[in-house]
Amino acid sequence: MSSAILSPDQPPQFYDSGDHHPKQGTLLGFWLYLMSDCLIFAVLFAVYAVLGRSYAAGPSGADLFDLPLVAVNTAFLLFSSITYGFAMIAMQHQRKSQVLTWLAITGLFGAAFLGLELYEFHHLIHEGAGPQRSAFLSSFFTLVGTHGLHVTFGIIWLVTLMVQVGKLGLTTENKRRLMCLSMFWHFLDVVWIGVFTFVYLMGVLP
Amino acid sequence: MSEPLASPASPDSLIFGRLGWDAIPFHEPILIATFAGVALGGLLVLALLTKFRLWGPLWRDWITSIDHKKIGIMYIILGLVMLLRGFADALMMRAQQAVAFGEVLGPLPPHHYDQIFTAHGVIMIFFVAMPLVTGFMNYVVPLQIGARDVAFPFLNNFSFWMTVGGAVLVMMSLFVGEFARTGWLAYPPLSGILASPGVGVDYYLWSLQVAGVGTTLSGINLIATIVKMRAPGMGLMKMPVFTWTSLCTNVLIVVSFPILTAVLALLSLDRYVGTNFFTTELGGNAMMYVNLIWIWGHPEVYILVLPVFGIFSEVVSTFSKKKLFGYASMVYATVVITILSYLVWLHHFFTMGSGASVNSFFGITTMIISIPTGAKIFNWLFTMYRGRIQFEVPMLWTVGFMITFVIGGMTGVLLAVPPADFVLHNSLFLIAHFHNVIIGGVLFGLMAGITYWFPKAFGYKLDPFWGKCSFWFWFVGFYFAFMPLYVLGLMGVTRRMSHFEDPSLQIWFQIAAFGAVLIALGIGSFLVQLVVSFLKRDQLRDVTGDPWDGRTLEWSTSSPPPNYNFAFTPVVHEQDAWYDMKKRGAKRPLEKFVDIHMPKNTGAGVVIAGLATLMGFALIWHMWLVAGLSFAAVVIASIVHTFNYHRDYYIKADEVSRTEAARTKALAAI
Repeated sequence: MSSAILSPDQPPQFYDSGDHHPKQGTLLGFWLYLMSDCLIFAVLFAVYAVLGRSYAAGPSGADLFDLPLVAVNTAFLLFSSITYGFAMIAMQHQRKSQVLTWLAITGLFGAAFLGLELYEFHHLIHEGAGPQRSAFLSSFFTLVGTHGLHVTFGIIWLVTLMVQVGKLGLTTENKRRLMCLSMFWHFLDVVWIGVFTFVYLMGVLP
Repeated sequence: MSEPLASPASPDSLIFGRLGWDAIPFHEPILIATFAGVALGGLLVLALLTKFRLWGPLWRDWITSIDHKKIGIMYIILGLVMLLRGFADALMMRAQQAVAFGEVLGPLPPHHYDQIFTAHGVIMIFFVAMPLVTGFMNYVVPLQIGARDVAFPFLNNFSFWMTVGGAVLVMMSLFVGEFARTGWLAYPPLSGILASPGVGVDYYLWSLQVAGVGTTLSGINLIATIVKMRAPGMGLMKMPVFTWTSLCTNVLIVVSFPILTAVLALLSLDRYVGTNFFTTELGGNAMMYVNLIWIWGHPEVYILVLPVFGIFSEVVSTFSKKKLFGYASMVYATVVITILSYLVWLHHFFTMGSGASVNSFFGITTMIISIPTGAKIFNWLFTMYRGRIQFEVPMLWTVGFMITFVIGGMTGVLLAVPPADFVLHNSLFLIAHFHNVIIGGVLFGLMAGITYWFPKAFGYKLDPFWGKCSFWFWFVGFYFAFMPLYVLGLMGVTRRMSHFEDPSLQIWFQIAAFGAVLIALGIGSFLVQLVVSFLKRDQLRDVTGDPWDGRTLEWSTSSPPPNYNFAFTPVVHEQDAWYDMKKRGAKRPLEKFVDIHMPKNTGAGVVIAGLATLMGFALIWHMWLVAGLSFAAVVIASIVHTFNYHRDYYIKADEVSRTEAARTKALAAI
């Protein structure tokens, strides 16, 4: 178009003919939202970095963390990312029932992750290591809990999308929504890798 | 901290929480009279709405509207209404400080005075400046880039109603319970549960959280709009400067408001759950709150002032009849300010004790930020140089800004010197400085913007006589109100005092109070201006859509613009696209109209925001059942909304054709 505009012998065109349509901004917008969410996690990580060793004469990470349990939990979440990836491949081939199956498996992995996390929280609080005990535990519960809350909303969203895909099929809108949830799900995975490394692995160091 | 929650005398009820009749300030005659006035006024409005059968149009055309122009106007109305509230607080403070010396205690008891200065700061920043700035960005940006709406029209409506929800909570605190007495940033441990067990800080937290969601989403929305929806040919370096500053502002919003959300959430956890982030025991660290909140707080200053720099750029160029001097340097200065605004936050607490090297770093970055700002001032001056300057009202505000803002900027550089800051920290010098830049910068710019774009939004100009009155009262009033505070600050008077012993200080406070009265006349003149202009609208009518001989695309369409903005999307070749089109004789297309794809109105935004506000109110009063139910309702309503797949419609070509033909006829009649 620009060459036609700039050619000297033609009068410039100042209005389009009505066929101009603005580009779809949803994926960019959602990505921007994820980055804003990422900053919330950045704050929580920074707070954990500052307070993570303020035990107030209470238990430390080395006393509390059960690494094999967390490893299983991490595996659940990582597998759920892979299965979500399979759902996206199926989506690109327009295979609705495959998409739904993979989404269901993803949701189950997510739920298993949440179940283990809730078990861990329950266990810690039961031992007297609740979020009120020390600044370390406040920041631990808040960081890990915020991630868990995101996974919870991810699962609610996933179920909603399964209903919508089931009802209306793989329409353009539904595909766009699946892609947004995909970004959200993988984003949570990345954050979890940070949590696993920074909170659990480094937390058990003396 | 074995018992984290404040334990009131009686156990909270499940439904009403700690809300009881004692929360209503029956013993405060001023508040009861105010409430009676507000209630009567509200009833009158409701009665008039019913009498003239306006409920339907109000709901269909405004409340559920996803039109960026209407949302922009509603944001500006919200900002102006809240300005009256915030300014009433300012008048009360000036009156108190002018009389409360020695034996005289003044009309306001300390616990009331503390709420007033907190509310004044919170309201002026979050519910006056932010809605006004967001309103302008909403109204103007899509028009300037040749778009028909923003990228996410529903989200825009939802964001607006969340902002209103926050404002409603702040206003409610006036009559139900109390507001925070902590200062506008609510530093712990003062804002912690031990020092502030009441509902004041909770009102603060939840009003900002509810409004903050709206602000973040509207930031995302406008970035996506500017990045994705520009007219063909409008490269980044051909965008109008106001759009550029809006882009940078929204980037700042998206990267700073989440930090505010997070830090306020942590303070809420301290208050509600009994965690130890900012407590003084069990490992908590109160200074971390100060650090985190200013990582949001300093960019916030630039969130307010950058769009206003954009407004001044448009105004200076239009009324000097010249292209803006140094467009590229203006853009780079804006981007540099955007980045630097992230590297200066520690200058808000040099006295924290972080050591000489840290303080030097932040002192130097703070001084460096005055370089791009100075470049902007010179660009505006050089734009005026040898221009054909028309001193219309927007231009008066702009020149007033250039004088006032430079003074404020220089006192800012003074405060950036850490040793000087150790002396002036927390003094009235600081108060004078930031009012100098926020009134002299942000407010003057918003007034310039209102006068400049009013004819675009309503089809008639504002009456210039009352506009000039407003400007001169504001301008002179500002100097009377704040120059004395510089003097007092240098003498060591600290901020937030409701009573003084030294009678020699009184004269300065009386001068400041006189200045506040002048500013009140300035606000009064502005309100008179709105009424007079409405009454004289036929004389002030502008049919051309381009009353100032403007340069950017918003002036190429009719005033007010049709809901589709442009019948055909403009194609951009130069900076100042509309000036280029006028110069090269672009012809407005008169035929071959096509159907236009538009988003449909929806009530989901106001419903979800209303439920979120209810949840905030319930959390403030510990109404756990109501809070839980309204939270569930927010989630369910959001999910239900996603099942609505019919969000758009087409404006038929013959309707477009009729609208455009009417404009052709009106233009021919001039």
